Amino acid sequence: MKSRRLKLLFGLVRKNAWYYAGTFLCIVITVFISYLLPLMLAEIIDSILGDAPSGMSPILSGMVDMIGGKDYLRNNLWITGLVLILLNVISGVFSYFKGRWAAQASESASKELREKLYSHIQKLPFLYHVKAQTGDLIQRSTSDVDTVRRFMVGQLPEIFNCVLNIVLAMALLFTRNVTLTWYSIIIVPLLFTFATWYFKLVIKNFKAVDESEGRLSGILQENLAGVRVVRAFGRQQYEVEKFDECSKDFRSKVMKLIKYMAIYWSTGDVMTMLQSMVTLLICVYYAAQGWISIGTVVVFTSYIGMLLWPVRQLGRTLSDAGKSLVSIERIDEVLRTPTEPDEPNAIIPDEFGDIVFENVSFKYDGSPTVLRDFSFTIRKGETIALLGATGSGKSTIVHLLQRLFAPTSGKITIGGIPIENIDREWLRKHIGLVLQEPFLYSKTIKENVGIVLDSINDEQIERAAEIAAAHQFILESNKGYDTIVGEKGVTLSGGQKQRIAIARTLLKDNEMLVFDDSLSAVDTETDMQIRRELKNMPKHATTLIISHRITTLSQADRIFVLDKGRIVQSGTHDELINTDGLYKRINAIQSALAEELDESRRKVEKEAN
Amino acid sequence: MQGEEQYVDHTTKFDMKLWGKLLHYAKPYHKYLWWVVVLMGLCAVLDVAFPLLTTYAIDTLIPAGTDVNLTGFIVLYLGLLALQAAAVFAFQICCGKIEVGTCYTLRQLGFQRLQELPFSYYDRMPVGFLLTRMTSDAQRIADTIGWSLLDLVWGSFYIIFCSVTMFLLDWRLALVVMLVFPPLAIVSARFQGKILHNQRFVRKTNSQITGAFTEGIMGAKTTKTLVREEKNYAEFEELTKEMKRTSVKSACLSSLYLPIVVSLGSIATAYVLWRGGHNVVVMGMTLGVFQAFINYTVQFFQPVRNIAAVISEMQGSQAAGERLVSLVETEPEIIDTPEVEAEFGDNFHPKRENWPKLVGDIDFKNVSFQYKDGEKVLDDFSLSVKAGQTIALVGETGSGKSTIVNLICRFYEPTSGEILIDGVNYKKRSQLWLQSNLGYVLQQPHLFSGTVRENIRYGRLEATDEEVEKAADMVNATPFIKKLDKGFDTDVGEGGGRLSTGEKQLISFARAILANPAIFVLDEATSSVDTETEQIIQHAIQTVLTGRTSFIIAHRLSTIRNADRILVISHGKVMEDGTHHQLIAKQGMYYNLYTNQFQDEKGAEILKNA
Repeated sequence: MKSRRLKLLFGLVRKNAWYYAGTFLCIVITVFISYLLPLMLAEIIDSILGDAPSGMSPILSGMVDMIGGKDYLRNNLWITGLVLILLNVISGVFSYFKGRWAAQASESASKELREKLYSHIQKLPFLYHVKAQTGDLIQRSTSDVDTVRRFMVGQLPEIFNCVLNIVLAMALLFTRNVTLTWYSIIIVPLLFTFATWYFKLVIKNFKAVDESEGRLSGILQENLAGVRVVRAFGRQQYEVEKFDECSKDFRSKVMKLIKYMAIYWSTGDVMTMLQSMVTLLICVYYAAQGWISIGTVVVFTSYIGMLLWPVRQLGRTLSDAGKSLVSIERIDEVLRTPTEPDEPNAIIPDEFGDIVFENVSFKYDGSPTVLRDFSFTIRKGETIALLGATGSGKSTIVHLLQRLFAPTSGKITIGGIPIENIDREWLRKHIGLVLQEPFLYSKTIKENVGIVLDSINDEQIERAAEIAAAHQFILESNKGYDTIVGEKGVTLSGGQKQRIAIARTLLKDNEMLVFDDSLSAVDTETDMQIRRELKNMPKHATTLIISHRITTLSQADRIFVLDKGRIVQSGTHDELINTDGLYKRINAIQSALAEELDESRRKVEKEAN
Repeated sequence: MQGEEQYVDHTTKFDMKLWGKLLHYAKPYHKYLWWVVVLMGLCAVLDVAFPLLTTYAIDTLIPAGTDVNLTGFIVLYLGLLALQAAAVFAFQICCGKIEVGTCYTLRQLGFQRLQELPFSYYDRMPVGFLLTRMTSDAQRIADTIGWSLLDLVWGSFYIIFCSVTMFLLDWRLALVVMLVFPPLAIVSARFQGKILHNQRFVRKTNSQITGAFTEGIMGAKTTKTLVREEKNYAEFEELTKEMKRTSVKSACLSSLYLPIVVSLGSIATAYVLWRGGHNVVVMGMTLGVFQAFINYTVQFFQPVRNIAAVISEMQGSQAAGERLVSLVETEPEIIDTPEVEAEFGDNFHPKRENWPKLVGDIDFKNVSFQYKDGEKVLDDFSLSVKAGQTIALVGETGSGKSTIVNLICRFYEPTSGEILIDGVNYKKRSQLWLQSNLGYVLQQPHLFSGTVRENIRYGRLEATDEEVEKAADMVNATPFIKKLDKGFDTDVGEGGGRLSTGEKQLISFARAILANPAIFVLDEATSSVDTETEQIIQHAIQTVLTGRTSFIIAHRLSTIRNADRILVISHGKVMEDGTHHQLIAKQGMYYNLYTNQFQDEKGAEILKNA
């Protein structure tokens, strides 16, 4: 588990290895220059302004000689100024590339993660999506990716930077004066431990704040969503008090966190400054004794600040990096879930044929069997209707046909070819399925209807909408076909959505049409109209209709009545209304209605007399 | 698009008036603000002072040679150190107090206002937007006021003290060093503005990516059946490409800014090296002073950078501030007149003792109503309902039946005409009086987090446990409640998420019964529940309606048939009015509606019982 997530993270880093190599190189150069500057200043103070022999790095003294020796420099100090500017500019150029390359690495990595997640989620089996928790999945795809991104752009180079700073500072200090260096880093282990320990401690408080904030927005959300209930019961005052209590809790939790942070920063300050003071005092003492030069004092007092700051930072950076490990694990969990497998050898049939179910059973993991030894045949071009209670297995049949589910046992063939050998995409492309609660994309109506087309064709789209009895209401919406629907757009009624979904499906190259209770929210008259239009379409596809409406069902060539995953009755409308059973009972209601209506009329007439 | 509003989070002009208003809201914390000014002044003094300690050490202590006495120096250093630590601690606490306090106050004001704003406001504003205003917008303003001002104050003080010190040390050198300041400020201001502008695009793209994920996940099934994976992915790739492009661009800008500022600053340092070094050699400037000057010029760009960042941060949070201020300042449209408030109290402080008893006669007199966007829903509508009657409202979506109900509840007020309750225009009574006498059950029952008991008690807060249980009994909810793991004390989850729709509905009935309202409004659910629950709900409805004036937006035939009057509403007009039998005999709209629906419903019923 641990190694897997590290592998994923490492993979992301490795893919951008060149960017990171560049970034690290830039860090090395900028850090080096930042350490060179105090050294240069010390050199100037000691041996150019003062008389001490230049005792330090051969690079510097070499440079001094090259320019023309100490005396020349002393009279032309502007050269040192120019060098300083030059060094800063060089450092600046590298620091720019450091930022640029780190961003390129992290943005490439998060781009890859996002794309991987998106394409993986699309390929996950249907069953996964049935059970999936949408909010959690979205969180993993967005904020967890962002946490990883921040690690890659911020914490990873930062850790390198801190370590390099510490190592370089110590190395340079040790070469200058060993004893003095020991005195100057006494506090480093303590400071480091303190920082790490403290941030672990504070994380708990961060959590408490998060939770409190969650409660607060929960109450807010409930209040806003339930504003009618609040008003209807006149509970404004009660709500204000409830919110206030939570708001106060949040206030005190945040304040507590801030207090902790205040303690951290001020304690850290005390420790850092104590160390600086110790260093300064010892330096002063050494210098006063003539053991070290004033330049060395400047070097030590400058370096000590450069050393202590990264140490303080490191505690925080490491605890942030810990968060990104949690995030990468959560991302990996999604990516680990197996997708629908690729099937390079799948068959693409020349034409659609008869559909045969042979002893098909289906059950979900751990739930009761949905289909049991189910057998039936749909001949090419036939119109078949299914009637059955919720849970009788109607929708499962539809899902099996599109290979959204695979049968637990038994065999399904289309035109004699076992369905598991047929290309999944081909099946889905040629079986037009309209769901009861269709999903519309956040696009215009035109784009939604034409979503399966390669290019938008107004005429085709309007024709499809007419067949689906959607044209009229679309024209009446505020922007007609350009009205945006879906999550961010206009809210449509269930029936309107269903009709748009039908129109959209009709534009596919359908060998078969499946209506999974997809006219349930449309009134009977429109339902009838749509079916009439469908019949007049030039190409007659095999049709499977699931419905509760007898008027809809009665038009089918054959009707199957399902109960608990089995066929209990089958036949034409005329056959079934003469056989005892569910179909007959439902049909009987219509005559009962006619009788009831007559009775009402008689009653009113009687009253009138 | 409504979504666009979220993206506008940067206005270029600095709006003093707005910040004045926001600071006014933070008034209770102004004393902390003053403390921050004092403390930051102190911090800036200390930041300037510490390099001087080194100067003193180099110039005075070291030359003292072996006789050096460090005691005084140590005491001074420790004293400054303690002062520094104390100041750091104190300013964080002060800023914290300002932050959390301002945030709390803004939310309090906003929430209170939200409780008063009419439904027409809620119709315009999606819940998501209001949530943003109350959560992240409020937080952002509080952060800005609490912490950004800190940098502003520190930066200004540091620049001042630093300049003063340099002038005191060597005014000629200082004068030249100062020349670097204006270009530094100009570059900073320009860059920060650009950076902010870019980050706006990054945020915009980011929210589009979140939207794409939401759609990809919610629409996964549809995508599969339409075989649209590749096209979706191609669209998504456009977004991630854009995201990468804008993010890298934004990062580059930020990475460019710092080196430029540092390089500019180094010109000052270089000048000090040159002229200062010369002074050391020729004019006897001390090494300590020389060192301090170098130190200051290196540190100098930091406050400039901070101030530039604060100003752009303030510009950035201006939009959030505007949104929040507009919420707090929106006047509620439905208000009680001062006379009414004087007699009956306001929404938060009712004077129940003056409230007359509500009987339940309701009259619409030539009522017209139109929503803000102009569409007229009701035109010259009149209706008279006797106390105790059950009225079923039937009609298509958009016919105006919900509007009628909303007007009765005074969630909206008529554009013209008047509504009388017990013969008196309801504007002459307080809103709370009417709404306290109202029972209201929604199609999508809304429960609050908390236990079953708390949710029922919402109907009447002072009800005893026995009364709560009795109310549950009356609607036959007790059997299912008893089956829950902790009975009445079971937590229902956020929004009642742990209960089924049918169960939520029963609880909302019990809640309404407990309130014992004189007027009852029921937006009846069409959603299918199992047969058993459905029967229980039918029973509950009958119980609830008895003896109250009730309005039902009805879908279920059984409810419709049992109503005293059925109103068929179309385009804001009553098309048919009568009992079930009368309307059937008429063979009009109701007849058609009824016969159509009847088949469906009965068919479904038989299937359920099969």
